[in-house]
Amino acid sequence: MLTAFDKNLLNIIQTRLPIESSPFARVAECLNVDEATVLERLRWLKDHGYIRRLGAFFDSACLGYVSTLAAVKVCPTSIEAVARAINAYPGVTHNYEREGEYNIWFTLLTADQDEQDRTLAAIAGLPGVDSLISLPAIEKYKVSVEFNL
Amino acid sequence: MLDNLDKKIIAIMQGEFPLVAEPYKELAGKIGITEQELLEILNRYRSSGQLRKMGAVLRHREVGFAANALCVWVVPEQRLAATGHIMSRFEAVTHCYARTAQPQWPYNFYTMIHAHTRDECRRIAEDLAKAANLENYTLLFSTREWKKTSMSYFPEYAKGENIT
Repeated sequence: MLTAFDKNLLNIIQTRLPIESSPFARVAECLNVDEATVLERLRWLKDHGYIRRLGAFFDSACLGYVSTLAAVKVCPTSIEAVARAINAYPGVTHNYEREGEYNIWFTLLTADQDEQDRTLAAIAGLPGVDSLISLPAIEKYKVSVEFNL
Repeated sequence: MLDNLDKKIIAIMQGEFPLVAEPYKELAGKIGITEQELLEILNRYRSSGQLRKMGAVLRHREVGFAANALCVWVVPEQRLAATGHIMSRFEAVTHCYARTAQPQWPYNFYTMIHAHTRDECRRIAEDLAKAANLENYTLLFSTREWKKTSMSYFPEYAKGENIT
C-alpha cells in the first residue's frame, strides 16, 4: 500500500530528479523530511515493484536511433511463441498483446533503417504470423508518462 | 554527433541509478570523469533534448492504473497538428503520435490512454473524440504485457576500459 508520503514522493520523482550533487537531499527539502528518509523510501518502492526504473531517460531519435511501432496478426495458438521470439530482440522495448485483428504490438529501436528492415522481416517470417504492419512516426506530439497519484 | 565519451556516458546512465547521497559522483567514477563534468554534460543533454528527463517510471498497474488502451484514429491530414495539440492536453494521454497508415490499416493517429478502469478509458476516448471533432476511432486494450524495458543504448560502451 502506498502512503500519502509515497504518493507525494512519486509525484515529484517521476519527472524531477535534480541534476546536482545531492539530488535526494533536494527532493527531501521539497517534502520537509530528511535525505535518509527519501533514500530509504525510494529503495523500498523500487524493491517492491512500484518504481520500474529511476534514472536518465533519453530521446532515442535525438541519439540517432530509428524506431517504429509494429503489429502482427498471429494465430492464437502461436501467440506465446511469437511474443517470446519478439522479446528476444534487444531493440524491442515494449511488447503488448492486444485485443483486435492485430494482436501483438511492439516498439522497435535500431541503430539504422537496415537493421529495422531485417528485424521486421525476420519477425514477419515467424511461424504463426499472418501479417505484419510497421507504423513509423511522422510526428510526435507528446511523450509524457506521469501518473498523478 | 555523439563521440565516444557521449556514448559511454549514455550507456552507463542507462544502467542502475545509485540510490545514495551522491549518485552522480559514483556514476562519474564509473565513466572516468569528474562529478562536475558529468553534471555539466547532463545539463547540456537536457538543453538539447537528448535527455528527455531525469526521473522515474512507475509500474502503472501497481499504482492503480490498471487499464491502458492504444486508441487509434483516422484524422484528415490537414487536421493532424491541431488534433495533436488538442489531445496532448489531456492528462490521461501519455503518448500522442501521427504515424504512417497502411493500405489494410487506415489509422494514422495514435494515443496511449492510461486510466483506472476500462470504462474510464472509454470515457476518455469519447472526450477526446468530442474535443477533436472526430468519429473514426477504435480502442485496442492490452491483455498482456510481454515486455517493458528501457533501451540499452550503445551497450558496447558500458563494458571494458575507459574509452575517453
